[in-house]
Amino acid sequence: MESTIVSSRNFNAYFGTNHVVKNVSMDIPKNNIIAVMGPSGCGKTTYLRCINRMHELIPGASVQGEMLLHDEDLYSLNPILVRLKIGMVFQRPNPFPNLSIYDNVIAGYKLNGFKLSKKERDEIVEHSLQKAALWNEVKDTLHKKGTFLSGGQQQRLCIARAIAMEPEVLLMDEPTSALDPISTSSIEELMHELKKNYTLVIVTHNMQQAARVSDKTAFFFLGELVEYNDTREMFINPKDSRTQNYITGRFS
Amino acid sequence: MERVSKIFSYGKIRTETAFKRTLVIIALVMVVITLGIFITLVVHAMPSIKALGFSFFWSRTWDPVSNVYGALPFLVGTLLTSFLALIISVPFSYAIAIYLGEYKPSGWLSGLLKNIVELVAAVPSVIYGFWALVVLVPIVRALEAKLGVATYGVGIFTSSLVLAVMIIPYAASLGRELIRMVPSALKEGAYSLGATRYEVLKHVILPYTKSGLFAGMLLSLGRALGETMAVTMVIGNTSIMPKSIFDPGNTMASVIANEFTEADRSVYLAALIELALVLFLVTVLVNILGKMIIKRFSNE
Repeated sequence: MESTIVSSRNFNAYFGTNHVVKNVSMDIPKNNIIAVMGPSGCGKTTYLRCINRMHELIPGASVQGEMLLHDEDLYSLNPILVRLKIGMVFQRPNPFPNLSIYDNVIAGYKLNGFKLSKKERDEIVEHSLQKAALWNEVKDTLHKKGTFLSGGQQQRLCIARAIAMEPEVLLMDEPTSALDPISTSSIEELMHELKKNYTLVIVTHNMQQAARVSDKTAFFFLGELVEYNDTREMFINPKDSRTQNYITGRFS
Repeated sequence: MERVSKIFSYGKIRTETAFKRTLVIIALVMVVITLGIFITLVVHAMPSIKALGFSFFWSRTWDPVSNVYGALPFLVGTLLTSFLALIISVPFSYAIAIYLGEYKPSGWLSGLLKNIVELVAAVPSVIYGFWALVVLVPIVRALEAKLGVATYGVGIFTSSLVLAVMIIPYAASLGRELIRMVPSALKEGAYSLGATRYEVLKHVILPYTKSGLFAGMLLSLGRALGETMAVTMVIGNTSIMPKSIFDPGNTMASVIANEFTEADRSVYLAALIELALVLFLVTVLVNILGKMIIKRFSNE
């Protein structure tokens, strides 16, 4: 029996009066890859950004309902603490342009003013880059700017930066949509590796990607969670006609 | 084919060429006027340049009655008031820029603050001079009494205070624009790593905008160097070299404004014009220096 790490109960999110996530309840099991898919504007990214409380950074944004991390309501914790426990990778690679590859990996510690010894820093950098499958490519250029890397490498650098903080959950918002097919497949391979230590929630508009990488898939449509099931089951035998229409390409 | 030949006409091509030429001519007028100002200053300053040579810059005595013209007290006065004003204004400009650019881009207080900052830049400088005379001078006099220095009230320090207020909008407006332009992807990257707003500001926004913020400072400095009226009203207008920031003094601009109508000899007039030339060159130098530093920053 797999244990649940994050779960939402009747969760709603709004931009002003615009209701973008409607009454979503779902359990996210530990050490799984969960794909959240759906057409543009279905609320999937907003839902993801509610899990680490990034949604509330936008003026006028609000939420309602429960979002739990190990049975503790995320919205009763300090948002900074939440974001330290739940890391995030964005749609476009966003390494800090003024920092080297090395400093980008430990940027989370620097930002938080957390002092590390040289030895600890070196260890975290090597360990995180190895986990992000980037170490071999950059180990000789650690002190070059991170922005000199290719798009795919930059995205793996951002993954290294997120896992350097040792989060429990890693959220990925369409992490390969700005990348070429080769970089995409390397990131997808990486996801399988990361699953051993982390729980991954991936927003994707790419059904094939959801089918390839995820253990469970959630299908969002017009702000509602239409269907949530084991990925294989959902793609072979969708329960809801809207899911079926979506995966057979009748609308996108 | 038929329609293309109807639509196409050489008339429209000629209009295009004529319009482009007009733009170039208007742009050139600007260049010619600026060069013209420089040449006029050099020509009219010639009698003084010839008569006084370099002693104009290092002589401490300005005594038109004895026909002695040393500009050092005014050079010192100008640089001292401007840099002091800059130091006083920077915390205010940057605080406003950060508040309006990052913390609260909208809302009634921000709207009010933004409009007031723009208004501050538009108020005629004689009004600041008047305000400084009525309000700042007594305050500075009381401060001087507390410190046990001569209680002039007017002087370098008072001028710096009024200048500081006047130059806040330049750095504040540019800073606000730049801070708003920091890509939200970078800020969100930092927030997602558990940074607070202050940490995002310190580690993401300020490093990203530093060269622009520096440029804003130079804009403010340029404004302070050239400001005439408000300074003339409260600096005390003495040609003696200031020994402390509480002494009265003169800036290049304030001497020109004060003494231009009294200049009855050609060397006296030429010396004042030479001051204008120096002021022109200092301002140009500050701008070039600023651009060079910005270039170096952005190449890093």
